[in-house]
Amino acid sequence: MDFSSLSPVAMIVLLIGAATPILLAAIGELVVEKSGVLNLGVEGMMIIGAVCGFIVAVNTDSPMLGLVGAAVGGAIVSMVFAFLTQYLLSNQVATGLALTLFGLGMAALMGRSYNGIRPPRMPRLEVEGLTDLPVVGRLFFSHDPVIYGSLVLVFAVWYFLNRTRSGLVLRACGENHEAAHSLGYNVQLIRFGAIMFGGACAGLGGAYVSLVRVPQWTEGMTAGVGWIALAIVVFAAWKPWRVILGAYMFGGITILQLSLQALGISISGAYLSMTPYIVTIVVLVIMSADRKKASINAPACLGKSFHASH
Amino acid sequence: MSTLLEINGLSKSYPGVKANDDISFAIQEGEIHALLGENGAGKSTLVKMIYGLVKPDEGTMVLNGAAYTPAKPHAARASGVSMVFQHFSLFEALTVAENITLGMDDAPNRKELSAKIRSVSQDYGLPLDPDRLIGDMSVGERQRVEIIRCLLQNPRLLIMDEPTSVLTPQEVDTLFGTLRKLSADGVAILYISHKLDEILALCDHATILRMGKVVDTCTPKEETAKSLAEMMIGGELEIHAQTEFNPGADALVVKGLTLMSDDAFGTSLKNVNFTLRKGEVLGIGGVAGNGQDEILAVLSGEEKVEAEMVRLNGEAVGQMGPNERRVKGLLSAPEERLGHAAAPAMSLSKNAFLTGRIRKKLAPGGVMKSRRTNRFAREIIEKFDVRTPGIHVAAKALSGGNLQKFVIGREVLQSPQVLVVNQPTWGVDAAAAASIRQALRQLAADGAAVIVISQDLDELMEMSDTFAVLSEGRLSKQQPSEGLTIEEIGLMMGGDLEGTHHAEA
Amino acid sequence: MLRLEQRQQSSKTMLYLTPVLAVVSTMVVGGALFLAMGINPFDAIYLLFIDPFIDSYNLSQLFVKASPLILIAMGLSIGFKAGVWNIGAEGQFVIGALSGGAVGLALWGSTGWWILPLMAVAAAIGGALWALIPAVLKIRFNANEILVSLMLVYVAENLLAQMVQGVLRNPEGMGFPESRNLARNDPTSLPDFFDPLGIDAGGVVMLLLLAGAFFLLQKHALGFQIKLTGESPRAARFAGVKPGIIIAVTLGISGAAAGLAGLFELTGAAGKLTIDFPVGYGFTAIIVAFLGRLNPIGILLAGVVLAGTYIGGENAQFLLKLPAAAVTVFQGMMLFFLLGFEILINYRVIRVRRAA
Repeated sequence: MDFSSLSPVAMIVLLIGAATPILLAAIGELVVEKSGVLNLGVEGMMIIGAVCGFIVAVNTDSPMLGLVGAAVGGAIVSMVFAFLTQYLLSNQVATGLALTLFGLGMAALMGRSYNGIRPPRMPRLEVEGLTDLPVVGRLFFSHDPVIYGSLVLVFAVWYFLNRTRSGLVLRACGENHEAAHSLGYNVQLIRFGAIMFGGACAGLGGAYVSLVRVPQWTEGMTAGVGWIALAIVVFAAWKPWRVILGAYMFGGITILQLSLQALGISISGAYLSMTPYIVTIVVLVIMSADRKKASINAPACLGKSFHASH
Repeated sequence: MSTLLEINGLSKSYPGVKANDDISFAIQEGEIHALLGENGAGKSTLVKMIYGLVKPDEGTMVLNGAAYTPAKPHAARASGVSMVFQHFSLFEALTVAENITLGMDDAPNRKELSAKIRSVSQDYGLPLDPDRLIGDMSVGERQRVEIIRCLLQNPRLLIMDEPTSVLTPQEVDTLFGTLRKLSADGVAILYISHKLDEILALCDHATILRMGKVVDTCTPKEETAKSLAEMMIGGELEIHAQTEFNPGADALVVKGLTLMSDDAFGTSLKNVNFTLRKGEVLGIGGVAGNGQDEILAVLSGEEKVEAEMVRLNGEAVGQMGPNERRVKGLLSAPEERLGHAAAPAMSLSKNAFLTGRIRKKLAPGGVMKSRRTNRFAREIIEKFDVRTPGIHVAAKALSGGNLQKFVIGREVLQSPQVLVVNQPTWGVDAAAAASIRQALRQLAADGAAVIVISQDLDELMEMSDTFAVLSEGRLSKQQPSEGLTIEEIGLMMGGDLEGTHHAEA
Repeated sequence: MLRLEQRQQSSKTMLYLTPVLAVVSTMVVGGALFLAMGINPFDAIYLLFIDPFIDSYNLSQLFVKASPLILIAMGLSIGFKAGVWNIGAEGQFVIGALSGGAVGLALWGSTGWWILPLMAVAAAIGGALWALIPAVLKIRFNANEILVSLMLVYVAENLLAQMVQGVLRNPEGMGFPESRNLARNDPTSLPDFFDPLGIDAGGVVMLLLLAGAFFLLQKHALGFQIKLTGESPRAARFAGVKPGIIIAVTLGISGAAAGLAGLFELTGAAGKLTIDFPVGYGFTAIIVAFLGRLNPIGILLAGVVLAGTYIGGENAQFLLKLPAAAVTVFQGMMLFFLLGFEILINYRVIRVRRAA
């Protein structure tokens, strides 16, 4: 891609594309964390989603079915984590890491005969008349369905968490699982469901990388996006709308960094490639520095195992 | 009056203990029925079975003439049985209305619910703002939320588990008013407590539990505190004589102590002053959550303050960490036994090392002396009668009372100059509590200075030479315990920090 | 119906038995996976789990692979014990190799026994400093060390790419992005001690450090403080432990260990710095640490088992056309099984009859 001749509008369009995998994975993880579970396996679920989506899309020649396959794949692999952490009370940090390691290997194994193939093209949603409008058309009416879908998903998650009783119950599990249990809610089952939702979202995010962004299958292609998504949840202070802000900001940094590389700026490419990771660290530091604020935002039971003794 | 709930032969066993053994009694409609017993008598297990949290091994219940087998709290609530827990099932980061919705099975929409919360809470004299965050509320206000949550479901039976342990005497009066009104409206109340005066004042009938069995029933109005106590404990009540009080030089002086809480829902300490002399026991009373944990942390050295704010034998120690203070003889025992005073999964020997390292020289130069450590652990177990198979047992395997004896013994045997203890007998059986109190009094008699932080006023009155109350992070004037009345203490707990009696110009 | 019941005391038997159960279960389930892939499961299991330990050539390779894994895992385990989650050992491994390698390359042409030790010191310091970044950010700003240390892996890899294209590039290498070969230059190459066993100087250092870790955790008050912090942070503060120091010490130790492992890899098996230098030891070491129950002796055994799967994996790739990724799947699976079986340590499974 030639980045040197890009207009601001084109940059924004690219930015949205770069942000969408992070957005999808992060909004899923947000729901998981709101229920009180820290799943560090986002990267592993994403890569599983990437390969599942790719395989299904190539074999059915349908990118949409590919997305379905990715969500299912991500959800299935997340069930391993859910079972281990919720019913066998394993340590969430260690199990999340195991999920990432396992996912990376499993995806490589599944995808080994799919290297170098191009997947079917994801259609764009274009609206006659509107898409051709200058600036506005490209900014708002030229994207693929996943991008619109991801924004709808964020709204849906916000609505679910803040406007529905089930969402309130889910948040309650994350705030005080003992109390939720004593009120008669099945904490483990609710968390199991949240984890699967997170897995499906991460899977979708992964498929967006392999079907739209790259679009190709290569081992380890998610390159840390899953980890960045985890950081975005912290950045967003566990608020759905801020996930959009965080993800788009990262999309922006990625695109800026790539276009600077293309412009042949005197800074070397490897240094520029570091920037998203360094920015992630900076963001984490800023968001965590105020301990008092951070402790209000984070779900109180985040990362703690729950076992009903009665 | 007709019978509301009939309990026939309920039994429940846990590994190694029969928590409830063939329990039978009945609750009439609209009566306030006391369930009296010491900690560990089986009260909690019994009410959990009534509320559907625990399934009985044997026995049946009949509610309103129909078989009652609640599989879940949900089923219990549907049958008209509600419960206010001793440890609240509340969510700090959620609002009052959200908390109440969560506990209801057919909650109305937000607006309707908020209006209902306002009206019901007003009616019963427990006003509540539905939009406030629980985390910002006092313990007494939190209990209101629990009660209102139950009342909104129009219960026939309301179970209250030790409701006054967290209230000031004035709040207790308000609560009793509410309960009497409920009773008059036909709601039966199962009132769990080990406080005799409350039961005498409030209840129509009492069922007394001991070691998991019903040992007696009575009508409280026909009994005295002494006779109730004898039924509960199963023997004559011992009253400890106060030893003579001859204070020595100043041991610990706290002046202008102020600490901003780091925790979003914690309490800040505001200008706390007191002087503790050698041989003195200072009792600090007050409702939980008013700065007790914070004051312990400041004195133990877990929280640092300006050096001058805490003086030990004249030396400014506010900036020192826990171990530096241990060197100087200032020791402490926090309230939370597992996870603060002791590491749950570590052996008693390792837990003896945890605070004994410095004064008992258990790791000179950094290398741990295991023989010396084991000897110290054994000494604690022997001298404080800790019932355990040995020093290699994990702390969490001990019963609450035994672990508490271990924790107190660990500090006492290091011959402190000043010892600070928070809730030394919380959840401990009567015999163990008596021996802990005795050990602390003896320590003071031997010349050490002791601070006892507790919510049990009887305990404080029994043990302390001087007395003060914590209220919202402020400490009342320190006064001689002798001659203080419950009313005066109540006013102090409610925030009247000068105290009405002994007031100086 | 089955139910879990908490044990009063953790079961020592289960503590030692669970890793064995995990390995056996991995063999069984992995075997089924091979069958599904059309590979003879018995051959594959034999190559992965048995052949590396009986074939003499493989044995010599075993220790070469096991050394870095054990060294890194030893460092990580100390942090894990304290509840400090350094998962960026891969980055510290790279930085160790970069800083130690830079010293060696700067001294190119000089001779002397001191060069290699100096490189080792530089590597340990480099790795430790890299790990102290998340430590400082956690202590000072409460930033999550898991994410920071992981992000720094990507930063380190980019830094490596930059260096091998730039200052550390072999001036006689016809522009290839790689450094000179340090293993083929006497003063900078890692000497072998027990040749047939494949134990080189790095292995010896590793064993010494492992003994040190054992002493620290079992006998020293600092080790007690580390364990106490992980077990119960509040009790640790009460015992006078300064949490910041524990974070810095444990991350520093694990970074130094990973850095050293990086240097040994560079001056031994790998020889030169290239962008393909990091091969995932830093991540596999996490599995080693857990499989070894965070215990130095356990880690030694677990490191050997995991190294075996690497070597067996290479052979199986050659003989059975087993894809390389299968080994990673195996390792992940092993960790899953281990974490799942861990419940048996603190809980027992009891059969309860459903109440009527």
